[in-house]
Amino acid sequence: MTTTETPASGRAKRGGRFALPNAAYKGILIAMVAIFVALVAWYVISIAVQSKPAFSALGFSWIFQNVWAPSHGKYGLLPFILGTIETTAIALVLAVPIGLGTAIALAHLVPDRIRPPLSTAVELLAAVPSVVYGLWGLIVLAPVFREHVEPFLTSVFGWTGLFNGPNNGVGLLLAGVILFVMVLPTMVAISRDVLAVVPKEQIEGAMALGATRWQVLRKVVIPAARTGILGAFTLAMGRALGETVAVALVIGNSPFIAHSVKSSAATLASLIVNNFGEASGTELAALFGAGLVLLVIGVAVNAVARVLVRGTERAGGASSVAVA
Amino acid sequence: MTTLTFDASSDPILVRRERIQSVAAASLGRRKIYSRIAVGVCWAFLVVAIVPLVAVVLYVVIKGLPAWSTDFFTHPTYPEGIPGGGVWNAIVGTAVIGFLATAVTVPLGLFCGLFLAESDGKVGAAVRFTADVMTGVPSITIGIFGYIAIVKNFGYSGLAGAFSIGIVMLPVIIRAGETAIRGVPGSLNEAAMALGARRATIARRVVVPAAMPGIITGTLLAVARGLGETAPLLLTIFGNEYMQWNPAKPMNALPLVIFTNSNQPYPDLVQVAWGAALLLMVIVLVLSVGSRVLAAVLQKERR
Amino acid sequence: MIDPTTPLEKGVSLNTAQVLLEPPIGHRVMELDDVTVSFAGRKAVRDVSFDVHEGEITALIGPSGSGKTTLLRALNRMHDTVRTASVTGRIMLGDTDVNAGSTDATLLRSRVGMVFQRPNPFPTMSIYENTVAGLKFNGVRKKALLDEAAESALVGAALWDSVRDRLKAHASTLSGGEQQRLCIARALAVEPEVLLMDEPTSALDPIATKRIEELVGELKHRVTIIIVTHNMQQAMRVSDRCAFLLMGEDKAGELIEFGPTAKLFSEPTDPRTLDYVNGRFG
Repeated sequence: MTTTETPASGRAKRGGRFALPNAAYKGILIAMVAIFVALVAWYVISIAVQSKPAFSALGFSWIFQNVWAPSHGKYGLLPFILGTIETTAIALVLAVPIGLGTAIALAHLVPDRIRPPLSTAVELLAAVPSVVYGLWGLIVLAPVFREHVEPFLTSVFGWTGLFNGPNNGVGLLLAGVILFVMVLPTMVAISRDVLAVVPKEQIEGAMALGATRWQVLRKVVIPAARTGILGAFTLAMGRALGETVAVALVIGNSPFIAHSVKSSAATLASLIVNNFGEASGTELAALFGAGLVLLVIGVAVNAVARVLVRGTERAGGASSVAVA
Repeated sequence: MTTLTFDASSDPILVRRERIQSVAAASLGRRKIYSRIAVGVCWAFLVVAIVPLVAVVLYVVIKGLPAWSTDFFTHPTYPEGIPGGGVWNAIVGTAVIGFLATAVTVPLGLFCGLFLAESDGKVGAAVRFTADVMTGVPSITIGIFGYIAIVKNFGYSGLAGAFSIGIVMLPVIIRAGETAIRGVPGSLNEAAMALGARRATIARRVVVPAAMPGIITGTLLAVARGLGETAPLLLTIFGNEYMQWNPAKPMNALPLVIFTNSNQPYPDLVQVAWGAALLLMVIVLVLSVGSRVLAAVLQKERR
Repeated sequence: MIDPTTPLEKGVSLNTAQVLLEPPIGHRVMELDDVTVSFAGRKAVRDVSFDVHEGEITALIGPSGSGKTTLLRALNRMHDTVRTASVTGRIMLGDTDVNAGSTDATLLRSRVGMVFQRPNPFPTMSIYENTVAGLKFNGVRKKALLDEAAESALVGAALWDSVRDRLKAHASTLSGGEQQRLCIARALAVEPEVLLMDEPTSALDPIATKRIEELVGELKHRVTIIIVTHNMQQAMRVSDRCAFLLMGEDKAGELIEFGPTAKLFSEPTDPRTLDYVNGRFG
């Protein structure tokens, strides 16, 4: 740094052509931040305001009514709220154990030589656009689900009643699975980071007491990283809840409450994207209302996730790149 | 086990050592099997995780490559049944929208990053938290915002898309900028300050140049993120089968082509979707890899 | 071989008669025979042989780079995690060949405890949980045995009186010196035969260091101790026997001299030892 210091400061002394007084510079910074804050406020308020007609026409309870039939003036959002929760739940049921296991393997089990390329690959996969996952799910995975996965699951777990109805391929299950594949890289990348920064002294301390490899991981490494792992799961949950196109392509888009994981369904996000083109009046306001519900859920989940992940960042962990 | 020169049974510590060592030896088999199973499960999950991810990439490459032809890159989208259609209009749309969004958000984000890097108070914390939360809000709601803010007043257009994509990118650039600027050694800043330079000059001449590797990395990642977004575009640019350079008019974009074509019952349109998916994936990966390589190179030069 | 400076009276209260007649040549707990540790083929410490006697404190001294810590970590097979590391020669713990394929490293480590340079209590566990962590790792589940061992270990580490009322508090609420004593208690609770201490006071202030040194002196009646230290005064104060290591011309540490501490410091046989104890290098 010493090499750049002298010329840089020399130039600084002479000053630039555009040198602003400090107060003006400060003013510009504040103005720019104000623009950002105003945009965020405008974003939240405009969606709230635009959905107001739906609230005034339908009352507050319309959000939790269970029939969506615009031609009959019914705009219940319950099927979509449930669809959002169900697809996210399926994704997390798969992603939590598999993501955690993968992160543990990447952080502590794979040989040092293949760790960096594998970790980089995972981080790069986190950047693959969600629409690509949706395309793959619809064209490649849906037929496999219809012909093989769903018949198999029905024969094994049919007794639970969760697998009633025809094998569609598309539906809640496929949407959940696609969300799982989609959120996996993000979750693994963040969990891996927080697991990898657990101090070596802690690990050796446990080893020296006679702990087995798994005992070291289970009793020392995972507990030390648990806040960051929880943050990673919450971020993944936020992504799954709000994902639009990947889900819209594979969920079948039916505005009814699903009675089986094989049923076609819809989420708040897929409802919006599928009906937006033709909607007007109260229906459009109801779609904005669906957006408002999604926004509130999304902000809440992400706020929690950020608090959790940031705690670990301060402790010296989590790559902000993977989080972003 | 140690043999002792005196009566072991009378020393409580030796008695306990005996007990503990026998428990440890007796439980060893169970503990080791348990450990092997758990570690094996982690390995199995690693494989389970890799399979679909590799499958996605492989499928996109295998199905997308055949779609790549001169026509694919030079012709706009044609309706089904008409051969020779491409995605040139979508490439142009994505490029124009990406350029506009980047041109506006980078300076804006950079100024916000400069502000945050110097703010450790409550205001700074609140803005920082807002930016963090904004990186994760459902992008469809940002599309709704773009619709309300721009489309309702001026109609569907590339500009409305750039506005929405900009909102997606802005918080990422702000936080990346802040992180990069905070990484600049305080001594540089102070040295310039001691020489009586104005803060704007210090920022322009010292801080921002020193933070440039991080800023470029963050920007490329934000662009990669923005270009892949589909939902905001669906509500703002409408899509356009024809060539359109004017961002004030409805445009097409690569994510839009993938989304609309994948749902079509015509194999040639689905083929275009795969080709577009491969192109989009390559662009995004090049930006991500490029940002890493560039950051590493710039970092090395500096030393 | 009789070392008059060693305060043996306290240690051998169980068998006074025999010890007074034939003091320190107790039982050999550990025997090192031509021990060499290499990383990726490069020797870090080579051909070290000496015996560790029961109830004694053996110090490993020498300048940095002489392989003290590397040698110590071979004794409980901490090098197992480093793929390029290899240990040759023979290390015997009683009748157990430490490096034999049939010897389980986990089980070995429950017999050979270790205390590290920096206090490393488990931050997510309470004081009590830290103390019994090793017992639980080793499959002990009986509450009575856990409690008994925890109290005995905390008493042994001179920590019981100050923590008995806050056993459920987090380990991070303790001071640095207390944390290190908690780590000693954690190691003691498993009732190991040998306790390895790797510069246990290097991260502590002088007062905490003094307390740990006193503690080490008291502990030798309970467990055989091998301590690495770069501080010669500390070695002189606490140890019964000393092993002096020095980096040889091939950059590998080698054992220069081994013997009773008093003799090693007052009339060493090797001129290099004399140079070192007189502070001429290192």
